[in-house]
Amino acid sequence: MAKTQRKAVALISGGLDSMLAARVVMDQGVHVEGINFFTGFCVEGHTHAIRRRDRARPKRNNALWVAEQLGIRLHIIDIVEEYKAVLLEPRHGYGQNLNPCLDCKTFMVRKAHEWMREHGFDFIITGEVIGQRPMSQRRDTFPVVARESGVGDLLLRPLSARLLPPTRPEREGWVDRERLYGFHGRSRKPQMALAARYGFRDYAQPAGGCCFLTDEQYAAKLADLWAARGRRDYDLDDILLLKVGRHLRPRPHFKLIVGREEGENRFLEGYRKRFLSLRPVSHAGPLVLVDGELDEADLELAARITARFSKGRGAGRVRVAATTPEGGTRELEVAPLAAHEIRPEWYVERRGAQALRAAGAARA
Amino acid sequence: MAREVLDARNLLCPLPVIRTQDRVARLAPGDVLEVHATDPGALNDIPAWCRVSGHRVLEACERPDGLVVVVIEVGDGAGG
Ligand code: SF4
Repeated sequence: MAKTQRKAVALISGGLDSMLAARVVMDQGVHVEGINFFTGFCVEGHTHAIRRRDRARPKRNNALWVAEQLGIRLHIIDIVEEYKAVLLEPRHGYGQNLNPCLDCKTFMVRKAHEWMREHGFDFIITGEVIGQRPMSQRRDTFPVVARESGVGDLLLRPLSARLLPPTRPEREGWVDRERLYGFHGRSRKPQMALAARYGFRDYAQPAGGCCFLTDEQYAAKLADLWAARGRRDYDLDDILLLKVGRHLRPRPHFKLIVGREEGENRFLEGYRKRFLSLRPVSHAGPLVLVDGELDEADLELAARITARFSKGRGAGRVRVAATTPEGGTRELEVAPLAAHEIRPEWYVERRGAQALRAAGAARA
Repeated sequence: MAREVLDARNLLCPLPVIRTQDRVARLAPGDVLEVHATDPGALNDIPAWCRVSGHRVLEACERPDGLVVVVIEVGDGAGG
């Protein structure tokens, strides 16, 4: 009698490891489908859609690309709302920046487990490799993910399985442990060799991790946002706006988001009903959004900064239009700030660790 | 056979794909869904999602005003 075909759901990040893990299990005759989680912080996509110079390059969704290479279905799940609790109150704290990797992995495995049960699948696959990443992928944190997610021994890591206690899929013979791998450590050579064996090319190799929270500049901007608001919270628009433009905070109570090119300016246009916006009218220049309440002196400073980033930076006077969210516009004529008057510490993304500490978000 | 329109304008990828996927899950094989999006990435991503999910793309184009239109015929493996 033919044995029943087992079904596994694979966490697909879009990177090489999860691609290989899924493929290794498919090779053993298991039916595999992919699941991909959208937290809002995912590395790909958005900046492509926004920045004109990125538009020339073909863009793709890496998770979909992986699914297509593997010939499997992919289910993309929006977890933006639920993810807030993970990012704002991680039980295990943060990694290098604001990445709560261990809680994040646990959360995703738990969601995959729910999906698995709803859809009658048998087990879960991840591309985790022992020792690959300092926080979430360590020998002592592997059991944490399995335990806290509630998935227990239905979680198979095909790339490191040989170094781990046998899971149920191995013990029951759904997969052959001998044909799994024992990869460990930071070297990517074994994965690259396996990729070559399968003929995978052009796969994505994200440097820091799978999301923007591992990026120091991005994390600094997020921490600054929380500090300025006096509370740790965000919505999807906040996440997106932190990916766009230069962020300058010349005074503690307001921040400017300065478009760097046409695509960003157009994207920022979409937020003019939410923020006060500035735009030079006598010269070409960026669209600038103002986050915070301005008095007359602040407005003048904001206009002078706007003028600094315009084509009129060398001119004596630049006229800048200020438009309220309700649509009321007034014009100011200002002298552009001189280059040296733009303080380096105004650049939020350059504050790095300092901003992280200010937000009380330093790693636990 | 139902024909529906999904407005996914002003959403950035992968949200247009997610909204498409969730709507298709509620349709029956043979139904047609016309998706409108403004993120140019949707022009690649929605057809790619259809290919891996077994749905047919009847049309995919970017109009001169930048509107991305993808017309999908729901395949047999609909749902989930
Ligand atoms: S890098 Fe981001 S998405 Fe990846 S595990 Fe860490 S927090 Fe989660």
